[in-house]
Amino acid sequence: MNRRDGDKRSADATSWLRQAFIHLGILPLLLVAAILLFAIQEERFYSSLNIFNVVRQTTFLLIVALGQMIVILTKGLDMSMGAVVGFSGVVGALAMKAVLGVAPDALLLGGIVAVLAGISAGALAGAFNGIGVSYLNVPPFMMTLGTWTSLVGVSLLLTKGMPLTGVPDEFMRALGYGRIFGLAPPVLVTIILVVLVYALLNRTTIGRYFYAIGSNLRAAKLSGINASGQMFFAYVLSGTFAGVAGVLFIARTGSAEALNGSAYTLQAIAACVIGGVSLFGGIGKVRDVLLGAFFITILTNGMNLIRVESYIQSIVLGLVLILSLVADQFRMKLLK
Amino acid sequence: MIREAAQLLLQVRAISKRYGAVQALSSMDFDLAAGEVHVLFGENGAGKSTLINVICGAVPPDEGEVSLRGNPIKLRDVHDARSRGISAMFQEFSLAPHLSVEENIYLGDEPKAGLWLKRGVRRHGAKEALERFGFDLNPSTMVGMLSRAQQQMVEMAKALRTGPDVLILDEPTASLSEKETETLFSLIRDLRKQGVGIIYITHRIKEIKEIGDRVTVMRDGKPVKTVDAGSTDHKEFVELMIGRTFDNFYPQFTCEPTEERLTVENLSTVSGHVRSATIKVLAGEIVGLAGLVGCGKSEIGRAVFGLEPILSGSVKHEGTEIKRPTPRRMLDRGVVYITSDRHNEGLMLLRSTKENISLSALSLSEYSRASWINRGAEQQMAQRVAKRMKVTPLDLSKPVSAYSGGNQQKILITKALARDTRVFIFDEPTVGIDVSARVEVYKFMKDLITAGESVLMISSDLPEIINMSHRVYVVKDGEVVDHMEKSEISEPRLLNAFFSGTKEVA
Repeated sequence: MNRRDGDKRSADATSWLRQAFIHLGILPLLLVAAILLFAIQEERFYSSLNIFNVVRQTTFLLIVALGQMIVILTKGLDMSMGAVVGFSGVVGALAMKAVLGVAPDALLLGGIVAVLAGISAGALAGAFNGIGVSYLNVPPFMMTLGTWTSLVGVSLLLTKGMPLTGVPDEFMRALGYGRIFGLAPPVLVTIILVVLVYALLNRTTIGRYFYAIGSNLRAAKLSGINASGQMFFAYVLSGTFAGVAGVLFIARTGSAEALNGSAYTLQAIAACVIGGVSLFGGIGKVRDVLLGAFFITILTNGMNLIRVESYIQSIVLGLVLILSLVADQFRMKLLK
Repeated sequence: MIREAAQLLLQVRAISKRYGAVQALSSMDFDLAAGEVHVLFGENGAGKSTLINVICGAVPPDEGEVSLRGNPIKLRDVHDARSRGISAMFQEFSLAPHLSVEENIYLGDEPKAGLWLKRGVRRHGAKEALERFGFDLNPSTMVGMLSRAQQQMVEMAKALRTGPDVLILDEPTASLSEKETETLFSLIRDLRKQGVGIIYITHRIKEIKEIGDRVTVMRDGKPVKTVDAGSTDHKEFVELMIGRTFDNFYPQFTCEPTEERLTVENLSTVSGHVRSATIKVLAGEIVGLAGLVGCGKSEIGRAVFGLEPILSGSVKHEGTEIKRPTPRRMLDRGVVYITSDRHNEGLMLLRSTKENISLSALSLSEYSRASWINRGAEQQMAQRVAKRMKVTPLDLSKPVSAYSGGNQQKILITKALARDTRVFIFDEPTVGIDVSARVEVYKFMKDLITAGESVLMISSDLPEIINMSHRVYVVKDGEVVDHMEKSEISEPRLLNAFFSGTKEVA
């Protein structure tokens, strides 16, 4: 009898862990482990300066990850986001140069034009992906992979392979290292975007339909949902978000390059997947993507602090990504 | 008729199996003697399929024991079971459509030397197997090119090739013509003479009478009773199966049809599955659309809802012709198609019950303004319609996958109630659900009719067609071959139309 009770208790514990895993994914486990590990190894890790750093570094990744999340929810994937970040930065910088070339004192106008041009360039690239995926039925991975390589080519052509510099300091202060309500502009923009995406996904029909078509495309169609239109819009959004990141990127670095932000594609996918967004579509929460993006930044930041070689860093990041994908597969099995 | 214990071939003791929330088998007992045909009989979802999956090694049981000739065995997989002499032929064919007949017969057990396939041996063996059972098939034909009946022969040859002692047949006649069924039965009689024990699943009581020795009736994953096939009558079987008397299984009601709601004229689809079909559904009646699996009856409903491209003909709703039906357009007109495939195109299994229920209604102004969802209204509506459909235990935040098949079907139907729906096209409304859910679905249909709505019920379930329909259309090869008023509906006339496409009663 006793033994059976013991079995039952351990079965309860297992099933509790199982439930926690099913609901939260593997992320909380990893996040706690990473924070503990780095905090023990290096006390600079929890200094206020470093925490501020982590927050600021997370913003770019998070913006891209939010766009990526929307696409993944529809059972898609946007491999071109990194290239779009670079491309929209280049377009924004070129537009600003054009304005300032005509009227060197029109700094405000130049800045606004740069922001609009950069974001529109991102949206346009997203629309291109969207047309391919939802109207021409190209598999998302291949479509966006194609866009990725082509866009890098376009950006290199536009910049003749050289970084575009000479971004005015005013622009960099306004959108880069200045303060708005005591916050760094990218942090403020990120907070706004997080709130907007949260509202979109949880409070609007558009967001609900993203989940629906990712969950069961055929059921969504039978429920009268315009699946192609929705899918198209998802890619436009991911492009737009990459565009926002691209513009903020030139404000921070003061230069635009074709390959700026190219690391974000995989990191954003990793942030989503580690955050429990299922690559099979239809599952994922904004909160978890937020944690996922923080986890990746913390991992990189912590490894830098304890002086892990950059080669080893990429090995670790890759393995963590694979681990989370395996966990995702496993989680799906448990859910069914 | 029952063989002595010494010849007991297979014994199943206290087998249990659970899938998520569903207890598919609980303490199931079953035995099979050499040289008998032991029929498994029961509702969809009674656990028959799970039982044979356990016996043939496809699914490991949670508890219990299977023994072969008195020795307990643990089956690793289907292959293991086959090598011990247990072979199964499934209702869902386990054939690879792009491989040839002979490749399929030997699939997973190819004659080879090292890595090298011995194709000559395979060809010869396949030919011999086909000839032995009297199947007239070319071993090199691609299986995908064969008719369903022919594919069944391949499946059969595959199951029999290794000379099994225990043969499992899961609804083997479901897609066969009468002549093919006769051939199958004589083959089964030969095998029985040779001492093969046969487990036979069927829904047709006529077949039990013709071929069965003993019958074990199952309900809710448990054996209800094992009876002698010869001395049990039709009514008894059904009562054992459903666990109540026959009379109150289907609701009593009369239809008083009024105006025309849905009119389909000379409809043909691009796919060719529907050819020049004409049907009418009036307000306040249930119209049955009957026929064999794959006859095109389902495609008629799908075409009306815009899921099958239409080649020619017209679809009219309340007198208005709908040029190019789409789900959106039809939903807006109050027409809904409730799919037979709730997993693949009906429900979002991993999303919440509430989201599933409200999905098609969310765009209505009651539930969203400028795409901003009114969550209170959504919640209230979902609560109301789910209660009306008696989804129990109801938890709107639970994913649909956590419910039993019967409840999932109810949630699927509930989706239609979220909108103001007047025409319900049910495609196999009770497939894979338990008896109590079934009774509720029937009662729901009755309520719809009483309220003056229209129901088009596409079904392969004969008793359902006979008992629920006010009128029946029979579809064969995509054409409507017969139409019966309530007073004319009879099983012989339906079956005759199914198989020969004529109106004469055989």
